[in-house]
Amino acid sequence: MNNIVALPVLLPLLGAGVSLALRGRPLAQRFVSISFLSAVVVIAAYLMWTTDQHGPQVLWVGAWPQPLGIVLVADRLSALMLLVSSTVTLIVVIFSIGQGVADRDEATPITIYYPTYLILAAGIANAFLAGDLFNLFVGFEVLLFASYVLLTLGGTGERIRAGTTYVVVSLLSSLLFLVSIAVIYAATGTINLAQLAQRIADLNPSVSLVLQLLLLTVFAIKAAVFPMSAWLPDSYPTAPAPVTAVFAGLLTKVGIYAIIRTQTLLFPHSPLSGLLMWAALLTMLVGILGAVSQSDIKRMLSFTLVSHIGYMVFGVALGTEEGYAGAIFYVVHHIAIQSALFLIAGLIDRVGGSTSVLKLGGLAAISPLLGLLFFAGIMNLGGIPPFSGFLGKVALMRAGIDFGTPLAVVRVVAGVVTSLLTLYALAKAWTQAFWRSPNRAVVRAVATAEDLDIYHLADHNDYELERRDVSEAESETEDRPRRRALPRSMVAAASVMVALSMALTVLAGPLYSYSARAAHDLLKQTPYAEAVLKGPPS
Amino acid sequence: MTWADSAVQTAQPNVVLIIVCAVLVATGVFLLLERSLTRVLLGVVLAGNGVLALFLIVGGKAGKAPLVGVNNPDQMSDPLPQAMMLTAIVITLATVAFVLAMAYRQWQLTGSDDVQDDVEDRRLQRLAREDATSETFDNSAVRTIDSDELAVDEVQAANSDLYLGGDSIAEQIGDAMPASSPDDVTRFDR
Repeated sequence: MNNIVALPVLLPLLGAGVSLALRGRPLAQRFVSISFLSAVVVIAAYLMWTTDQHGPQVLWVGAWPQPLGIVLVADRLSALMLLVSSTVTLIVVIFSIGQGVADRDEATPITIYYPTYLILAAGIANAFLAGDLFNLFVGFEVLLFASYVLLTLGGTGERIRAGTTYVVVSLLSSLLFLVSIAVIYAATGTINLAQLAQRIADLNPSVSLVLQLLLLTVFAIKAAVFPMSAWLPDSYPTAPAPVTAVFAGLLTKVGIYAIIRTQTLLFPHSPLSGLLMWAALLTMLVGILGAVSQSDIKRMLSFTLVSHIGYMVFGVALGTEEGYAGAIFYVVHHIAIQSALFLIAGLIDRVGGSTSVLKLGGLAAISPLLGLLFFAGIMNLGGIPPFSGFLGKVALMRAGIDFGTPLAVVRVVAGVVTSLLTLYALAKAWTQAFWRSPNRAVVRAVATAEDLDIYHLADHNDYELERRDVSEAESETEDRPRRRALPRSMVAAASVMVALSMALTVLAGPLYSYSARAAHDLLKQTPYAEAVLKGPPS
Repeated sequence: MTWADSAVQTAQPNVVLIIVCAVLVATGVFLLLERSLTRVLLGVVLAGNGVLALFLIVGGKAGKAPLVGVNNPDQMSDPLPQAMMLTAIVITLATVAFVLAMAYRQWQLTGSDDVQDDVEDRRLQRLAREDATSETFDNSAVRTIDSDELAVDEVQAANSDLYLGGDSIAEQIGDAMPASSPDDVTRFDR
C-alpha cells in the first residue's frame, strides 16, 4: 500500500525514458509528458489526503534491514509541497507545449526537452520525499543535472555564460553537501533523518553547531539566501520562459523545504535564530533594492524572488509554530505566483519582442488580457489585500509580533518596506510596459506576429504611432517567419497559474490550518521519527 | 547501537588521509577561483576527490571487503561510506563531462573559455560608477515628455532642474542612454 510513496519519483523517470524513446515524435512526447505529470498530481493529492488522515506514509525501499536502507517519507509538509510542485510542473509543461507548437520551425532541441523536464520533476519529488540526507543529496543532484541541461538549452552564447555561473555555484554547494554528510556520519554514525533527530541531541553543542552551520550554508546556496544569492539573478533570466518559471517556482523552494526539514527535525533548539533573522532581513532588503534598479522584467522578477525568500527564512528563524505555519503558507503562495509571473514575462517577450522596460510600451492596446494577468500577479506578489500574498505576509507578521523581540519587530517593518518596494518596482514596470507609447521594437515584434493586428495598434487613439513606422516594420519583417505571439494554450496556462494563485485566497482557511497542522507535526518531531523508525514494514 | 556505530567509535583517524584531503581541497579551491572554466573544472575534480578522501576517513578503520558470507562482519570495513562514495564518484564523472562540454562550447563561441561577466550587471555598475541616475527613470521621463512633443532642450533643462546639477548631469544622461537607439540594446537583452 505504501508503495504509492515511490510513484511521484518513479513515474516521471519512467516517463522520461518513454519520451526519450519516442524522440522524433513530438506529439507522442507531449502526450506522455502530460499524462505522466497528471498522474503525479493525482497521486500527490491522494498522498496529501492520506497523510492528513492517517499520519506520515513511510516506504523502506528494497526492504533492507530497517535503519540501513533508503527510506521515502511523505508527511504533511512533503505531501503539500509535492502537490503544489506537481501542479506547477503540469501547468508549465502545457505552457511549453503551446510554445513548442507555435514555434515549430525554431531550432530548439525539443527532443531532449521533455525527457529532461520529466527528470527534473522526478528530482524535485525525490528531494521532497527523501528520508535520509544522502537520498536528499541524490534528489538535489538529479534536479540540478536536469536544470543544467534546461538552462543551457540550445547552447547560445548568453545561455552558456549564464549556465557557467549556475553550474559552478551548484557544484560548490554539492561538494559542501557531501562534506556535511561525511561529517554528520562521522559524528553520529547515521544519515537517516529520523535517527539523526534522536542522536544529534546527544552531541556536544559545538559539534552540532558545526553540523547545523554546514547544512544551513548548503541549503542557503540552493535557496538563494543572502549572501549566497548572487548567482540567481545572473543565471535565471536567460533561460526559456517555461524553464525559468519552473526554476523560479520550485528549485529555490526545494532549498527552503530542506532548511525547514533539517531545522525542525535535527536542530529543534537552534542557537542560530538571530543569525537567520539577520539573513532574512538582508535577503529581503538587498534583493528588493536589486529589483528596483533593474530595467528588465525577468531580472526584476529574479531579484524579487531572492527578496521574498527572506519572508520564508524569517518564518524559520522565529522557530514558533505560527512562524513555520506562515512560512509553509508563504512557500505555497510564492511557488504559484512566481511561476505565474515568469510565464507572463515569457508572453510579454513574445508580444513586445523584449522584456526590457526600456524597449516595451503600449502592450495594453495589443493585449488587454496580458495586462490584466500581469497586474493581478504583481498585486498578489506585492501583498495587496485580499490576495494570498497579503494573507501570507499577515500570517508571518503576526507571528513576528507575537515573538516580540526587537529584532523580530524590525524584521516585520522590513517586510512591509519590502512589499511596498516590490509593488513599486513591478508597478513601474507594468506602467512602462503597458501604458507608454510603443516604440520601434514593439512595432517590429507586432509586425512579425500573425495573430496581432498592427493597424489596431496604429489606430489606437492613445498612441501617436506613425504609419510610416508601421509600414517600415512590416516591410523589414516580411521575409521573417511569422509566428503566433499569443497562442491560446500558452495564454490559458498562464491564466490558470494566475487563477491558481488567486484560488489560494479563497482556500486560505483550509490551507492555513493544514499548514498549521504541518508545523505542529514538525515541531513535535515525534510523528515523523516514530513513523519512520517504528512503522510496520510494508 | 548498530555495527556501523561501533565501527565509527573504534576508528582512529588516519593522519595521512587527513593531509591528503586537506591538500586536495585547498588546491581545488585555489583553482576554483580562476577565470578559466577548464581550471575551474580541474578545481572541482581535485576538491571532489578531497571530499571523497574525507569519506574514507569517516569510514573508520580499514578492514576486509564488506562481502557478507566471505568475511567476518567484525573485520569488515564500513560499507555505507563506500556506497556513498561510489554514488558521488558517478555524479562527479557526469559533472566533469558536462562542464567540459560547456567549456568547449564557450570556446567555440568566444575563442576562450573564460567565465564572463553579466552584461546587464556591468551596465548597471557603469551607471553606478558614473553616478548617473537610473536608466529606466531617465528614459521614462524623456519618453513621457517626448510624447507630449516637447523640444529636447526643454527635456534636458527639466532634468538638470530636477537634480540641481547643471549641465554636466544632463550630458551624462545623454551619454548613458543607449535606449535612444533601441537597436543597440536589443542584442543582449533577448
